[in-house]
Amino acid sequence: MTGTAPRTLLTLALFAAALAFPFLASGYHIYQGAQVLILAIALIGLNLLTGYNGQISLGHGAFFAIGGYGAAILTVKLGVPYFLAIPLASLVCFGAGFLFGFPALRFGGLYLALATFALAVATPQILAYKGFDAVTGGSSGVTLIKPRAPFGLPLSADQWLYLVCLACAAILYFAARNLVTSRIGRALVALRDQPIAAETMGVDAALYKTTCFGVSALYAGVAGGLSALAVGFVSPESFGLSLSLSFLVGIVVGGLASLGGMLFGALFIEFVPNLADQLSVTFGESAKALPGAIYGVLLILAMAIMPGGVAGALRSALRWASKTK
Amino acid sequence: MITRRSFLHTGAAGAAFLAGARAAHADTPGVTDTEIKIGQTMPYSGPASAYGVIGRVEAAYFKMINEQGGVNGRKINFISLDDAYSPPKTVEQVRKLVEDEKVAFLFNTLGTAPNLAIRQYLNDNKVPQLFVATGAAVFADPEHFPWTIGFNPNYQTEARIYAKHILATKPDGKIAVLFQNDGFGKDYLTGLKDVLGADKAAMIVKEASYETSEPTVDSQIVTLQGSGADILIIAATPKFAAQAIRKSFDLGWNATRYVSNVSYSIGAVLKPAGLEKSKGLITGSYGKDVTDAKFKDDPGVLEWKAFSDKYLTPKEYIDLNASYGYGAAQTMVQVLKQCGADLSRDNVLKQAASLKALQLPMLLDGIVLNTSPTNYSPIRQLQLAQFDGESWKLFGDIITG
Amino acid sequence: MPSSGASRVNEFLHQLASGLALGGVYAIMALALVMIYQATQLVNFAQGEMAMFSTYFAWKLTDLGWPYWRAFAVTVVVSFLGGIALERIVVRPFAKAPVLASVIVFIGLSLIFNALAGWLYGYSTTDFPTPFDGRPWFGQRYMSAHESGSVLVSLVVLALVWAFFRFTPLGLAMRAAAQNPTSSRLVGIRVGWMLAIGWGLAAAIGAIAGMMAAPIVYLDPNMMAGILLYAFAGAVLGGIDNPFGAAFGGFAVGVVENLMGAYVVGSEVKLSVALAIIVGVLVWRPSGLFGRRIVARV
Repeated sequence: MTGTAPRTLLTLALFAAALAFPFLASGYHIYQGAQVLILAIALIGLNLLTGYNGQISLGHGAFFAIGGYGAAILTVKLGVPYFLAIPLASLVCFGAGFLFGFPALRFGGLYLALATFALAVATPQILAYKGFDAVTGGSSGVTLIKPRAPFGLPLSADQWLYLVCLACAAILYFAARNLVTSRIGRALVALRDQPIAAETMGVDAALYKTTCFGVSALYAGVAGGLSALAVGFVSPESFGLSLSLSFLVGIVVGGLASLGGMLFGALFIEFVPNLADQLSVTFGESAKALPGAIYGVLLILAMAIMPGGVAGALRSALRWASKTK
Repeated sequence: MITRRSFLHTGAAGAAFLAGARAAHADTPGVTDTEIKIGQTMPYSGPASAYGVIGRVEAAYFKMINEQGGVNGRKINFISLDDAYSPPKTVEQVRKLVEDEKVAFLFNTLGTAPNLAIRQYLNDNKVPQLFVATGAAVFADPEHFPWTIGFNPNYQTEARIYAKHILATKPDGKIAVLFQNDGFGKDYLTGLKDVLGADKAAMIVKEASYETSEPTVDSQIVTLQGSGADILIIAATPKFAAQAIRKSFDLGWNATRYVSNVSYSIGAVLKPAGLEKSKGLITGSYGKDVTDAKFKDDPGVLEWKAFSDKYLTPKEYIDLNASYGYGAAQTMVQVLKQCGADLSRDNVLKQAASLKALQLPMLLDGIVLNTSPTNYSPIRQLQLAQFDGESWKLFGDIITG
Repeated sequence: MPSSGASRVNEFLHQLASGLALGGVYAIMALALVMIYQATQLVNFAQGEMAMFSTYFAWKLTDLGWPYWRAFAVTVVVSFLGGIALERIVVRPFAKAPVLASVIVFIGLSLIFNALAGWLYGYSTTDFPTPFDGRPWFGQRYMSAHESGSVLVSLVVLALVWAFFRFTPLGLAMRAAAQNPTSSRLVGIRVGWMLAIGWGLAAAIGAIAGMMAAPIVYLDPNMMAGILLYAFAGAVLGGIDNPFGAAFGGFAVGVVENLMGAYVVGSEVKLSVALAIIVGVLVWRPSGLFGRRIVARV
């Protein structure tokens, strides 16, 4: 536990940098920054479920979608202000996740993977279902209006939204931090590693696991709601299977059962596809078809270099540094 | 004889012109004396990567134009970025193009949802969103979104033309519709129902949709046949259209079949489905399909061949998406030519909205592009054609939707 | 005519037949998943794209004028070797990494194969030859010759897989290596090679699935995405540790999905509903219909 003090310092420094960022960068970079924070929130949620509690989900895009559509419908169709819409939408996500947690209790890893995979595949279809057209806008989706800074603060819409995302990310990060270091967190990990022993010790597996699913979905819902505000648009195509898979990529690249690592996971899924697109040009013009393959290669390389994700790599680096000291 | 007065006059005009040009530079992002920057997003990766070829062909075409000296002395700097068909990514990339790369405007960005996601932003910032690559009807809305102009013949118009043809030829027919469960497929339903109206709506006896994630539509075709319909409308992308054509034939279903012009390629749809099985299909066509033998010696197709031999691969030559990109890029170059020296965003938009009977080599003879400040659908003409087992036979007049 | 009883029955039989025809493809694909699962306890998400890539390879051979069965055999052998190579070079280094790292590697592989196929062969829909050409079999008119043929092939593959695990020493060694690697090593089984062979066999079976699917769904880089999903569902439904169960699951998914779409919920949400049913079945029988219930050791 020697690393606690530098760690706190590092966290504070990162936070200060994140706070300063929107006042130094241009609008488009602020938008990217907001995307990273949004993704980081979703990744923290998924990591609580998969990394800490050992329940795999290939379908967190569905909860992200509920959050996004929830925020869009509440603000646009019902006139609810966004600062209420996002908590409301994420509560709906909590409920949905909690309920989904019950059938999930019955299956082990592979079966849960299938069930959540199915959820991810079905999401765009359900969103486009014609019975819901009146509220969801069908295939054309819903366009949102970007919130402006309140009280006449001299901030652009981008800056304001970024700060909202940063506040949400910080609060949710510390909430998750407290959760995993608490008794509940230890119970979640115990259920992952030694389920039978944990239950024998009196841990209510059903309650913990379903609640964990709910909390995880809540995080995804907040992220989805913020994303809807930042993008200004939701449609079934925004929430396809690739979104759910990118979340999984994010938590593994960032580091399973690590919260700070999720920032790196978010950076990876936000920027590496762009990098792949840029790299593809260097292979000649016809290689514009290849960003997908280049991304795949970068992904495998990242895993080869850091099988435990960025957090794992940092941990080993710290251990190595303290040994050589 | 040049009088002093007229000399002064031209001199002043010339000076004013130069001043104007310099002023225009100051407030025309993306334009220098030697270059104009054009931005685009394309799904080079992800589920819609089949369309990436459009961006590649356009890049190749602009490269050719640049090799020939550019347009009005300016080279085209075409920046086409991958958005993986994900609206949040489209917004990010378009903001990068507008705010970081400072492109003059956006051109032929692909997809209904991605274009919807950026439309408000581009209109707020008065950045032209030219010739969007989608047939969704919502993009021809000059009143609310004056900076967004469509390109493709829109799906609703096409469906209306089929409905009118049905009413004229088979007024007592029973219609079955296969449609892709998204904006593309649903636009066909809307167009059909528009024409049929409330009193004839019952002519549609069965609708069946499919998801792009499904392996086949065989089951849907069986269901549609079971409805007893004698007209089948196939509003599907190539793979699924080919399956539908084959299955409807194999079932022995003797229906009049209409196929969306998204899927009228002989090489990529009818040949896989079986030429014999495709006999009798009707489509509303506007482009030339190089796999149709009747265009073998067509001057437009030869021009396309010469271009693709030099810049593309043989598989791109026969790809309808590729020749689509070719046409879009040519339209773009025409707009730049019309702009002359004034490449301000206002003028680019103005010129894009004043195309007059523009002919493109890969469009059917007689089909031309027209735009005006109140008409933001450049291609709105189609001609019906029927497949005779070898080639599409055009019939009837060119119909303007 | 639409309401007459005979045509209703006729339509029902058509739905059943087209469900079975695709179900056969799902079944073969499910067997490919079983192969890797047996060897490594993992589901290979790249299996579909690998199969698609093999199918393009076969297409290239037939395009060069090779006779069908020669192209078929060469493709199966090449896929087998390719699968082994992939395991040894790409997958092996992750043997000691967390399970999810392997899953990410599979996702990466599937992206690579998909984009590579698009780059090499384009995205246009292509037809693919079938060896079962000609008139429908047995004088019926519900299944084309190819569809009947591919159902037959799926049964043959199932029999081979079953016999392989049941009767061949290699099959027994593979099962042993997967279930108890430590003890297997002690009795002299080369566990590492067993995994590689599992991958090779899976790739070979996948190639067969692709070549049976392509004449039905047409060849394009995205052709296996939907098929893999259904095969995965089928394998899990039937029990992924059991070849019979997995194959049965594949057929069942093909039929159920068709019938749901045609008669119960309509085509718009049939995929969601079919998946919901599968999840429902799993709630009722968590290890699949024919799977072995895994008893945890404390």
